[in-house]
Amino acid sequence: MTPLATLDHVTRRFGDLVALDDVSLAIEPGTILGLLGPNGAGKTTLLSLLSGRRRVTSGTVRLFGGDPREPRTRVGLGSTPQETALPDALRVREVIDFVGAHFPQRVPTGELAEEFGLTELLRRQVGSLSGGQKRRLSVALAFVGRPRLVLLDEPTTGLDVDARRTLWAALRRQHEAGATVVLTSHYLEEIAALAERVVVVGQGRVLADDRLDAVLGLAGQRLVSLSSPSFAAIAALPGVHRVEGSTLVVADSDRFVRDLVASGLPFSDLAVRGATLEEAFLSLTTAQEVAA
Amino acid sequence: MSTIALTATHAKYTLIETIRTPMAIIGSLVFPALALLFFVVPQRVVADDPVYATQAIVSMSVFSVMVGSLFSFGLNTAEARQSPWDPYLRTLPAPGIARVLAQVLSTGLITLVSLVPILIIGAIFTSASATPLQVVLGLLAIAVAALPFMFLGLCIGYAFSMKAAIAIIQVAFFALAFAGGLFLPPQILPGWLEVLSRFLPSRQAREFVIWAVQGGALEWWVPVGLAAWIVALLTLTLVLYRRDEGRRYR
Repeated sequence: MTPLATLDHVTRRFGDLVALDDVSLAIEPGTILGLLGPNGAGKTTLLSLLSGRRRVTSGTVRLFGGDPREPRTRVGLGSTPQETALPDALRVREVIDFVGAHFPQRVPTGELAEEFGLTELLRRQVGSLSGGQKRRLSVALAFVGRPRLVLLDEPTTGLDVDARRTLWAALRRQHEAGATVVLTSHYLEEIAALAERVVVVGQGRVLADDRLDAVLGLAGQRLVSLSSPSFAAIAALPGVHRVEGSTLVVADSDRFVRDLVASGLPFSDLAVRGATLEEAFLSLTTAQEVAA
Repeated sequence: MSTIALTATHAKYTLIETIRTPMAIIGSLVFPALALLFFVVPQRVVADDPVYATQAIVSMSVFSVMVGSLFSFGLNTAEARQSPWDPYLRTLPAPGIARVLAQVLSTGLITLVSLVPILIIGAIFTSASATPLQVVLGLLAIAVAALPFMFLGLCIGYAFSMKAAIAIIQVAFFALAFAGGLFLPPQILPGWLEVLSRFLPSRQAREFVIWAVQGGALEWWVPVGLAAWIVALLTLTLVLYRRDEGRRYR
């Protein structure tokens, strides 16, 4: 299958800051791809390159086989405004019609409004909408042009649980109708609910690119910190994946603690906690760097 | 979608947005009218002479359209680049020329409307005279002559932040107005400045509109200069639009 979009050794710098560092990625049709990573990891920069808003410093970005900087290439692309920034003075119907006017085979306003629960709001000015309503309108705009590829940057940030689930349901229906979706989030839950493939970015690089379940496995690690005069011996116990300073990364902390006590080695200040997704992936990079 | 259809769409929604926040329009209506009342009407030597008064009204109209264009195009653009909505519009499949022309049609139309008070005050309080046909010709000429200022405003808006744009526009409009003979008639400028001013779009705009209203000879450098400014500044606008990636922090 020909990818809908590709990044080939793409680097993007902002002055001294390297936002994306030699990233290669192919987006195949038919998937929901979750882009996961901490703030500042390069997720938004990656999307801005795909949507033609920014240029690469080096490397190549292709969208539907063309240059995303060319307006014509973007007819098959749908995206959302950031921070739900919509023109306050326009009515909901006008915003949808405005954006829809750019696409040859647009979804009729009524149909789109129905899908995203905006029917009652069509005559309201955008400035009078709640945050959640604006968010729904923003996401709806991404689908008005019957896009082949949709880029959603943090689509549900700031929504309550109900609103989030409603939006997820709408996204799944759009995906079943044939849209390929790239979704950024720093909520693991959101990625777990929607994505089939997960790309983890950190410090401008792709740290992991795998099926959802494989990536979820990474996030299940536990961090055990302690101090001990025989730290090296403890680190050599079975089940220890990695050592970072005085912290041990283990898959099963219960079992590790039992083994530790049974070993009779001295220790104090024991603390066990789950690795956040961010830590799991940041430790992933460090491990790669050490290995390299 | 065709570029023309997209231009019309963008112009339409920009106009709707502007009309729903009327304070912006009121400002651009009042400022030129006040300038005319303070600078021209009290000078009875000018105001009571049909030829001078008409020229003064033309100068004021050009001044008003120039200032209005520089500020509204420059500041609207610089402001829009700071909001996330404009970067979003850039992801839609609309070419830069459609967005630039949509600005000209929407913001430019409102700038031209700001001439109405000038025409009314000029007709009531001065001896300026023009037939309806001359007024229409003058308005058409001023619409053309305003293009360099609209594009210059867009260039400043795309190249600079809001705060820098304000400072640059303030210096630019004053220099252009004075050296272009909009405050004082070009005839009483020093010789070297009079020659220099022929290269400025403000002077060219003034001569072009006076010619459209009062007739007489049109110096060759007026249409050539205006055309050159329009082409050069439109090209620069499109280059800056394409280069622009919105505001970013370091």
